[in-house]
Amino acid sequence: MLLVLPIIIPLVIAASCLIALRRIVLHQFLTLAGCIVLLANAALLFMRVRHAGYIVLPIGSWPAPFGIVFVCDVFSAMMVFMTALIGLLIAIYSIAGVDAARKAHGFYPLVNILLVGVNGAFLTGDLFNLYVWFEVLLIASFVLMSLGGERRQMAGAIKYVTLNLMSSALFLTAAGILYGKAGTLNMAHLALAMRESPPETLMVVEMLFLTAFGIKAAMFPLFFWLPAAYHTPPVAVTALFSALLTKVGVYAIIRVFALVFGHGVEAALPVILVLAGMTMITGVLGAVDQYDFRRLLSFHMVSQIGYLLIGPGLFTPAAMAGAIFFMIHIILTKTALFLACGIAGRLNGSFQLKEMHGLLRASPILAALFLIAAGSLAGVPPLPGFFAKLFLLLAAFSEGRYALAAVALAVSFLTFFSMLKIWNEAFWKTAPQPVAPAGPIPFSLLSPLVVLCALILLLTLFGHPFHEVCRTAAAQLLNSDGYIAAVRLQL
Amino acid sequence: MNSLILQIAARYLHPLLLLYSWFLLLSGHNDPGGGFTGGLVAAASFALYMIAYGVEQTRRALRVDPLQLAGAGLLIAVLSGLLGMFRPAAFLTGVWIAAPFPVWGVLDAGTPMLFDLGVYLVVMGVSIKLVFTFAED
Repeated sequence: MLLVLPIIIPLVIAASCLIALRRIVLHQFLTLAGCIVLLANAALLFMRVRHAGYIVLPIGSWPAPFGIVFVCDVFSAMMVFMTALIGLLIAIYSIAGVDAARKAHGFYPLVNILLVGVNGAFLTGDLFNLYVWFEVLLIASFVLMSLGGERRQMAGAIKYVTLNLMSSALFLTAAGILYGKAGTLNMAHLALAMRESPPETLMVVEMLFLTAFGIKAAMFPLFFWLPAAYHTPPVAVTALFSALLTKVGVYAIIRVFALVFGHGVEAALPVILVLAGMTMITGVLGAVDQYDFRRLLSFHMVSQIGYLLIGPGLFTPAAMAGAIFFMIHIILTKTALFLACGIAGRLNGSFQLKEMHGLLRASPILAALFLIAAGSLAGVPPLPGFFAKLFLLLAAFSEGRYALAAVALAVSFLTFFSMLKIWNEAFWKTAPQPVAPAGPIPFSLLSPLVVLCALILLLTLFGHPFHEVCRTAAAQLLNSDGYIAAVRLQL
Repeated sequence: MNSLILQIAARYLHPLLLLYSWFLLLSGHNDPGGGFTGGLVAAASFALYMIAYGVEQTRRALRVDPLQLAGAGLLIAVLSGLLGMFRPAAFLTGVWIAAPFPVWGVLDAGTPMLFDLGVYLVVMGVSIKLVFTFAED
């Protein structure tokens, strides 16, 4: 019951919004209420999974591998919780952060459908079903991206849609090949089947999956759709996408490689590591000559994906735990940065750093919140970004990957300079001529940012127990026997 | 388009097509058909009506917004899945009742049919919305 509710709740909310089509206030209320229930449900699910290890539910009572199973382990539960949290915060932010025309054209039903797709992808234990959830969230994101129909939005959306459709086609091809090889699509069953198959023959399928998920995760060299598209829709949409969509791609890489290809993955690891390094470097270098606040953050998003890929690239418990810690940190931090960027752009009337000015004077609260998020992104101790990177670096050192560690460190410094650039231009620089003080920031815009920054600080304080949770999740991920046993295949 | 022949034809074909879409929906459990094809046929019947009489009159004939139809369908489909959970069984488990029914004999109805009805409404609503959008541009 607990396991399907993360899908049912947003689905019912979306359907209710469609029935009450013209009543936007009701949409807002329903979405907020739905997200609160979803958050409570996710918290319960997490506590239950912490206790039980795995929760498995055969949909329609069809036993695995014949029917579709939903499987929740600690990592899934964490991701579902983050989805609910970000959904709630974006729902609050959108009250003042999204214009009435977009709301009237179905902003809230689409956000709910997106949440359905993301939660489904995190919970499913079936490869083809994973594809279906990917489609659900992609279709919702296509519409959200182009909603409003501005010219530059369309230009961005076309790149986004084309590349993601290609990625879906590759995913489907890879799933087809796997089905042809193993005759099953249940991930636990596939994991069993792949153990008997020689590693050389797996390489093709592994690379197909890596490419397919890599496009969605904005991995080098297939990241360019992201900076081209993410700065075009309203900031609320960008923040939602940055928190969830690329992370679903990374989740899929981790899940498929840890579970399905758990044995015989060694040959693919150097590839992932090189791509991780390149992703970090290109992302951060791309940000150097950007002077649009949102584009700059988009490039940093790419570079942070590189850090996440160190986890599946090293494939050790320590690296996976680091990657999971990094995942939670980056979801909080990146969303906070985008929301801060949205408020800053609203105060200044522009997202061009050259034209922005004096935000420190205009809103000291915003400046403080931005500093927390930016510091965490750059990895300033003692913020969680520092620990997340430290765990990944230690994992790289213990595996003897010194070049990777050096790259990660250098990128971290460059990120810091990039954040400093934003600080200097938008916050520190005084206005060329005195401007009339802007009104107070609406509560609905500021409160999600405050919550996010509070959570970042909490993560700093409770870093150690949280890292313990991440280590449990990582150990579970790398132990595919536990997953297979939990699914109880009827062979 | 203002064609008398098309308008008269649409007036008679529209209910027939809707009836046929119901036939497809109901026969779909064991024979070819089902909610998806039924919904498409129903949408086609409204598309024909729209070509003959225009978008405004079709909207009036439909009474509700096509997206509301889709929302109702989605809700019905979810509900059909939830019904199985009262037994208690997993989400989307089929529940069947076999009740005596006058004239018919035994009425064998179950939640899969309810799910199909949801699919029918979603497909019908979304397709009509598509047709309307293209016609209005």
